[in-house]
Amino acid sequence: MTGPLRIERRLDTPKWLKVAVPLASLLLAAILAGILLASTGHNPISTYHQMYSAAVTAPGGLTSTFVYATPMLFTGLCAAFAFRMRTWNIGGEGQLYMGAVGAAAVGLCLGDWPRPLLIIAMILGGALSGTVWAAIPALLRAYLRTNEILTSLMLNYVAGFFMYYLIYDSTSYWRDLSSPGASVFPTGKTLGPNATWPGINIGSFTLPMGFVLGIGLAVGLLVLIQKTRYGFEMRVMGDSPNAANYSGIRTKRKIVSVMAISGGIAGIAGSSQIGDFGHVLDPRGLEQAQYGYTGIVVAALALYNPLAVVLVSLLIGGLTNAGFALEGPSFPTGLVGTMEGIILFTVLGGEILARYRIGIRRRAVPAASAAQLTTGGVAS
Amino acid sequence: MTDSVPSAGADQAAPAAASAPVPGLSANAAALTAVALAVQVVEMTKRFPGVVANDCVSFEAAEGEVHALLGENGAGKTTLCNLLMGLYRPDAGKLFVGGRAVRFHSPKDAQDAGIFMVHQHLRLVESMTVAENVVLGWSPSRQFRFSPGKVEKVVAEASERFQMPVDPRARIWQLSLGERQRVEILKALYRGAKVLILDEPTTVLTPQEADQLFSSVRDMTAEGRTVIFISHKLPEVLAVADRVTILRQGRSITTVPTAGTDADHLAGLMVGHEVSLEAAAKLAEEAGPVVLELAGVSARGDLGAEALKDVTLEVRAGEILGIAGVAGNGQRELAEVITGLRETTAGSISLGGSRLPAGDPRAAIDLGIAYVPEDRMGTGISPNLSIAENLMLKSYRRKAMRSGPVLSSRKAIANAKVAIERFDIRAPGPRTLIRQLSGGNIQKVLLARELSSEPRVLVAASPTRGLDVGATQYVRRTLSETAKSGVAVMMVSEDLDEVLELSDRIAVFYNGRVVGVVEAADANRQQIGLMMAGAS
Repeated sequence: MTGPLRIERRLDTPKWLKVAVPLASLLLAAILAGILLASTGHNPISTYHQMYSAAVTAPGGLTSTFVYATPMLFTGLCAAFAFRMRTWNIGGEGQLYMGAVGAAAVGLCLGDWPRPLLIIAMILGGALSGTVWAAIPALLRAYLRTNEILTSLMLNYVAGFFMYYLIYDSTSYWRDLSSPGASVFPTGKTLGPNATWPGINIGSFTLPMGFVLGIGLAVGLLVLIQKTRYGFEMRVMGDSPNAANYSGIRTKRKIVSVMAISGGIAGIAGSSQIGDFGHVLDPRGLEQAQYGYTGIVVAALALYNPLAVVLVSLLIGGLTNAGFALEGPSFPTGLVGTMEGIILFTVLGGEILARYRIGIRRRAVPAASAAQLTTGGVAS
Repeated sequence: MTDSVPSAGADQAAPAAASAPVPGLSANAAALTAVALAVQVVEMTKRFPGVVANDCVSFEAAEGEVHALLGENGAGKTTLCNLLMGLYRPDAGKLFVGGRAVRFHSPKDAQDAGIFMVHQHLRLVESMTVAENVVLGWSPSRQFRFSPGKVEKVVAEASERFQMPVDPRARIWQLSLGERQRVEILKALYRGAKVLILDEPTTVLTPQEADQLFSSVRDMTAEGRTVIFISHKLPEVLAVADRVTILRQGRSITTVPTAGTDADHLAGLMVGHEVSLEAAAKLAEEAGPVVLELAGVSARGDLGAEALKDVTLEVRAGEILGIAGVAGNGQRELAEVITGLRETTAGSISLGGSRLPAGDPRAAIDLGIAYVPEDRMGTGISPNLSIAENLMLKSYRRKAMRSGPVLSSRKAIANAKVAIERFDIRAPGPRTLIRQLSGGNIQKVLLARELSSEPRVLVAASPTRGLDVGATQYVRRTLSETAKSGVAVMMVSEDLDEVLELSDRIAVFYNGRVVGVVEAADANRQQIGLMMAGAS
């Protein structure tokens, strides 16, 4: 009611604006980050050039961009899918850990299965573990009305400790107890050759199988959301839970199943970490990467659109990759994180511009109504 | 101010008495000029787009008076209060407080002038103590530190003085609704209220609590405060008020002292005397078999109190059963119980002889119960989906809407085009987002969806509220035709004219119970008005 800014929701966002706003936001982010770089004594242009070459053109650069992007693609889809219905699954991190635990168990246990079967089993093992882990906050939310943000977040720590316990504090099935190095420093058992997921080689560039799987999943989720009864129910619930209940949608079951699918996707991120890259359950590495939390940023930047998640995961993956390449005494890690933050702010800020019309309120209104009041009083 | 709850009259009486002669006083007020006027509303008008909510409303309340504002829903009571509270600014008219002309720009201005309101929905912070809530956002001495002890003492003293027992150290969530309301009143008193507006204060109270409130109100007015008591319940208005101003369709009809009147007279004034010709013209047609049957149904309201008490009703095929009553007397709960949106606590609902599972909206839909909810935008539609998608909100589960395993957007669009044509929905196209439509067209979409499922029962709650004349006529005609086609229609409405015009039989609700069921043909406005107000 008060304040100089007048914010109105746009009835219709023109198509060109939907494209122009994110592009302009990225440009603005580049300018803002450039100012930051310049003020810390780096030449922005040459830094951007260095980053580009590190992430794309340098030998192995593009491959490692995809290595970073693959888990972010899954965790991004995990968050985007759940957030689409306004169920806030912040537990992608823990669901990824549990997925890795599950996939590693399958890979170790069924190591002598034929490769294609074993890979499918690993994917399912990871997905199932993530699903079960996500089902805990989902059931609590649906039937006991707890806040899923808090419970899913806290379960991330539980999953982290569980993973550490398996490798560092117990003689579990996952821990390597036989090789000579393992007696010095605890590590997990390395999976056999059949459990290694094949990459697609194009020259010197290797496309991880997980990324291809992720693209397929993104397309599948888009179809699910846009074309099916399941997705229709999700969209109604995300828009108006009251209307969903009114139209006979089983809202509690819906929350559980959406969270479970979301957790399953994060679980596949864990499978891919084991099958595509690590081949061993490495608690420390998984925890430091924080792919689950990055996935939330990816989903937000993609505006919860599964296909956009593919592109954004590559963008953030490239940035992360470049950040590690540039990192050194004169280029602190924090700078890359700050740049990611700037992009997040500009893109989400830009989204407000796309959805709302913002104008300046004129202050003449009170005077006019006061005049009306006196004349009206005389007239009557 | 922090030391004790001030007594009102003393410091304000002098200036008010000095400026007594104000134009526009009624005869009643002339008799009261010996007493200073606390609030005076002179020909106040407030328009909203399409409606005049207050049309030249005048009334005045003296110091030490309990003044009731009586009227049906939509009579303009709430608008008037919001004008008094500085939430709205009047388009015309004047407001005098303590004899001085004032113009409020915000609730803060009104509070500075001593006008406080206790809203129907209490505004307290549940996790804080009573004392903390009392001082929250209020620091007359601009002191930074909050000393709970001092406040607790003042609150305890005031709660004793006005017989409103409440523990100042208790946290709000521990208190009953009645106690919470006392906290709101104490809060206003602590802040120096001279005029206290109570908006439907007994809605959340038990009868005993209500009696206690009335005696507290008396204590307050004995100290020179003015209480403006908003209600549509005749017995309590007669019990507590000195004078009553009746509002009808945005106008102040008259002000009468309660001493010389009775419930009958007030009910007549409240609902108006015009006889509804349409109701008389309606011929009692042959009603079909009983389709919907409620036996001893009880249910809780949103606040946990029992809102529906032992309701037994039946609706026949081909008839419209009108549910009359002032809002908040259980009608919404009734509609929700039938449509499965609310659990019952007792009793049974059966449809065509077989029992309906309680609290299962999908079962209700599948068994043929259509529902046009009161909360059109929040419940009846999904605002950010298209017209076509909203039209299939209940039919998307059917095979007809699919091609193979996926939903067919072609079929959805075709379905929407038919509905748009048949129900005359004015919209750019089936893909338009529904929130962009006008209220009338949204209601048409709702009706189109609900009727296209070929229901056995249609429950329509306040189906014409907020609609313009044309849309209102359209909706009413549609309801009549639906009933004629053999559907059992239950229509909840607070508009008595509408109920009389459309219904074959009328069930009157008061306080969660069916007070009576009357044939519309021999229904008497006055009698229904009395039943609605609980004076049977």
